Amino acid sequence: MENQLFNYIIQHADNCLILSHRLSEWCGHGPVLEQDIAMTNISLDLLGQARMLYDYAAKVQGEGKTEDDLAYLRDAWDFKNVQLVEMPNGDFGQTIMRQFLFDTFNVTFYRELMEVSNDAELIAIADKSLKEAQYHLKWSSEWMLRLGQGTEESHTRLQNAANLLMPYANEVVIPSEADKVAAETGYGVDLNNVKAERDQLIKEVITECELDASLDGFSHTGGKTGTHTEHLGYVLAEMQFLQRAYPGLEW
Amino acid sequence: MEFNKLEIENLLEQVTDPEIPVISIRDLGILRDVKVDNNQVEVDITPTYTGCPAMSVIKQDISQVLNDAGVENVAVNLVIKPAWTTDWMTEDGKRKLREYGIAPPDPSSKVVPCPRCGSEHTELVSLFGSTACKSLYKCLDCKEPFDHFKCH
Ligand SMILES: [Zn+2]
Repeated sequence: MENQLFNYIIQHADNCLILSHRLSEWCGHGPVLEQDIAMTNISLDLLGQARMLYDYAAKVQGEGKTEDDLAYLRDAWDFKNVQLVEMPNGDFGQTIMRQFLFDTFNVTFYRELMEVSNDAELIAIADKSLKEAQYHLKWSSEWMLRLGQGTEESHTRLQNAANLLMPYANEVVIPSEADKVAAETGYGVDLNNVKAERDQLIKEVITECELDASLDGFSHTGGKTGTHTEHLGYVLAEMQFLQRAYPGLEW
Repeated sequence: MEFNKLEIENLLEQVTDPEIPVISIRDLGILRDVKVDNNQVEVDITPTYTGCPAMSVIKQDISQVLNDAGVENVAVNLVIKPAWTTDWMTEDGKRKLREYGIAPPDPSSKVVPCPRCGSEHTELVSLFGSTACKSLYKCLDCKEPFDHFKCH
């Protein structure tokens, strides 16, 4: 039988890890030093959140695995992250749009999880992560406004990012089997509630940026069941190389 | 040798944040509990930020300091609940931060005074600074940049 609690934890752990890796690709390449530092700081926070979740997932799984086994030794089809977080960095506007679409979920998800979950461990992880997620959202929202209301060029770039990424925005709030079981059993959230709050946050900023972008269009799905875009394999190839080439290697 | 809780806590005053060496883990508010049972010592610490790379160094330092003092059995536990907040930082810790050149967290104040000249005429440069716990400011009077330990 599928361990749905494990799947539920892994979904979000994978979201955090893959986005963390994407942001780490900016290290040394940011448009200005302060924003290079910002993206790597956010990357580090997300890695920390992923570690807490993997650690708990490994315990729930009960096979004696560690957080490292889960991060480094699973293949693309075992990853349950949404496709949004594996999308390439593109230009700075694309990275900001992707971050904003994730942060709005991360904040509302943790907030809801803290309130409704009956799982003490998940509540503690959500409580610990929420303040970080809120700070990330402050950063990405400010950049959305700055780019959206900035020059014609920055607005065009952000609009292009919206055209590319809006079809990936909703997957995270469309329930998977693991999400449904989580909500029914009581350790997880009702994604309809998260979606309502999240959509509000997104719409406010989209309107202020005068972007032509809607949450009501077509949505890609599949990530939560292990179907990914072509991009994830490349991310894993780089991230997992060392452990695959030299199993058990330590610093 | 046998130690009581207070003696262990005093020994742990030597353990500092590796990235801000003037402030002890007690000042920082991440030392949560010390349990002493004969020669067995358990220390609970909590991370500031989830990804803080200093935690593993701090864990090692705690064991090192206590082992050096003659405590043989040391266990360091990482606890995440309740979540750390800068409200747990001691007043002494805040003073030490300021003297070191880092503006301490002050949730009651909208302005972040310059730790160098005391001016309240300062400006946020970036939400993120050299470590997860800090943001970057500049002083518009003495013109120096400085770190601010964020309210969290
Ligand atoms: Zn000054």
